[in-house]
Amino acid sequence: MNPLELARARPDEAFTVTFDGRPLAVLPGQTAAAALWAAGVTAWRSTRGTGRPRGVFCGIGVCFDCLVTVNGRANQRACLVPLRPGDEIRTQEGTGRDHE
Amino acid sequence: MSERAHLAVVGAGPAGLAGALAAAARGVRVTLVDAAEQAGGQFYRQPARALGARRPEALHHQWRTWERLRDGIDRHLTAGRVTHLTGHHVWCVQREPDSFTVHALRGPAQEEGVTVRADAVLLATGGYERVLPFPGWTLPGVVTAGGAQAMLKGGLVLPGRTVVVAGTGPLLLPVATGLAAAGARVAALVESAGPGALLRRAPALAAEPGKLAEGAWYAGRLLRHGVRTLSRHTVVEAHGTDRLEAVTVAALARDGRTRPGSARRIPCDTLAVGHGMLPHTDLAETLGCTLTGTAVRVDEEQRTDVPGVWAAGESTGIGGAALALAEGHIAGRSIAARLYGAVPDPRSWAAAARARARQRAFFAALDPVYAPPAGWADRITDDTVVCRCEEVTAGQVRTAAGPLGAGDLRTVKLLTRAGMGWCQGRVCAPAVAGLTGCPLTPGRRPFARPVPLGVLAELPDA
Repeated sequence: MNPLELARARPDEAFTVTFDGRPLAVLPGQTAAAALWAAGVTAWRSTRGTGRPRGVFCGIGVCFDCLVTVNGRANQRACLVPLRPGDEIRTQEGTGRDHE
Repeated sequence: MSERAHLAVVGAGPAGLAGALAAAARGVRVTLVDAAEQAGGQFYRQPARALGARRPEALHHQWRTWERLRDGIDRHLTAGRVTHLTGHHVWCVQREPDSFTVHALRGPAQEEGVTVRADAVLLATGGYERVLPFPGWTLPGVVTAGGAQAMLKGGLVLPGRTVVVAGTGPLLLPVATGLAAAGARVAALVESAGPGALLRRAPALAAEPGKLAEGAWYAGRLLRHGVRTLSRHTVVEAHGTDRLEAVTVAALARDGRTRPGSARRIPCDTLAVGHGMLPHTDLAETLGCTLTGTAVRVDEEQRTDVPGVWAAGESTGIGGAALALAEGHIAGRSIAARLYGAVPDPRSWAAAARARARQRAFFAALDPVYAPPAGWADRITDDTVVCRCEEVTAGQVRTAAGPLGAGDLRTVKLLTRAGMGWCQGRVCAPAVAGLTGCPLTPGRRPFARPVPLGVLAELPDA
């Protein structure tokens, strides 16, 4: 059993985005966090202070732990941000602004 | 009034939907403003439409109630009595001399400012989960129990393969059974409350037989999925280097201490953890509504002490969806009467008032049962990060409250930066309060979420 089977989902056709340059299949409607979880990825940020990995914590947009860089824009909450074909997701290092 | 009175409802969960329905049915024009793409709130969070779920009810409880709410709102939407603004993140509600302005952000990046003017406001902003720290709780793979459930309901995804569900409170049951039904192996349900504590409050709890039946139903599901329940146990540490690999759980003695020799390690890639809920009160606070403890204070009609502002659901005190529905219904009826200058007759909502009283009594009885175990703060080691945003450790917080003499959360924040980061203390405040002995005071956040400077710059001068 998996969640898609449980809910008898018939998703629209998957599309591709990249995560740190690698292709990632995304089901339409899934947030960045959901797509990353579906691919077995649980961390996509390193903290400003100690560089520790982080991913989803609250899952509803309250905690800001799941911040990620999408299409060059840093500090987006992965649990809220929708994806479009061709989007470039990148692991966010620190503030995500170190290279600007 | 030349046109129909206009109500803005903030939040499209059970309370907001019930309020919108009751008000719209009585001639009020309603604008429902909500951050999600579909109505439902957290309790009835729906799978994204493009996922094509043909059996979303498999992820839910009390689906019939949802269908009634959804169909009711749909009828009002079609008739033009209700407008639903989806994907609108409200960051402030402003009181004007004769009206209110609801400020929201929309768009995928939430950068576009939108305002809604209304004659009255119903705050149905819900709640969020309280998670108390323990060593290892910042590791990827440790998520809130509600977060795991939200990602499952909304995105049809699981956080991992082998899950431990832990903490305390009635939410843990649906989370454990939901994850198991969706294919996760739930290695254990770790609840710090003991069955004895529930039994001691049996008379109060038995007054709500529906809830007891619900509890029994969940117990059956746990059994069916082979989930072992460890009551009066707690997670003392999460292990792993770059992600979660195992947790150590231990039995709790009556005084809240862990029983020597009871610690055992459970391998897992996910820990879904929660210690109850807290109300979202930012919008109410900015409006000047009085709070009781951490919840918005309301009267018998669900009115706050700010004229024109009503509140219902978890924002007025944690009590679950059934209570939220009753409160929202009462608020909607009160609003419909008051907006047209009439004094409402409480007898007209007597059934909802009885439901409200029963549910409040039930949750008041549950509250002490599911309190965090005594001594939880003492188990947080000095090197454990407490403020996840600013990476402030328990040791730094203890130093602020001890040698440095901080006596309230604000002073601890100024000394350590705990609570100064992205989440504005929503996550760490209960832990900082527990570590320092400071009371858990409202956060007083003028903006309920981060707002781009451009949106602020475009606002007309007040």
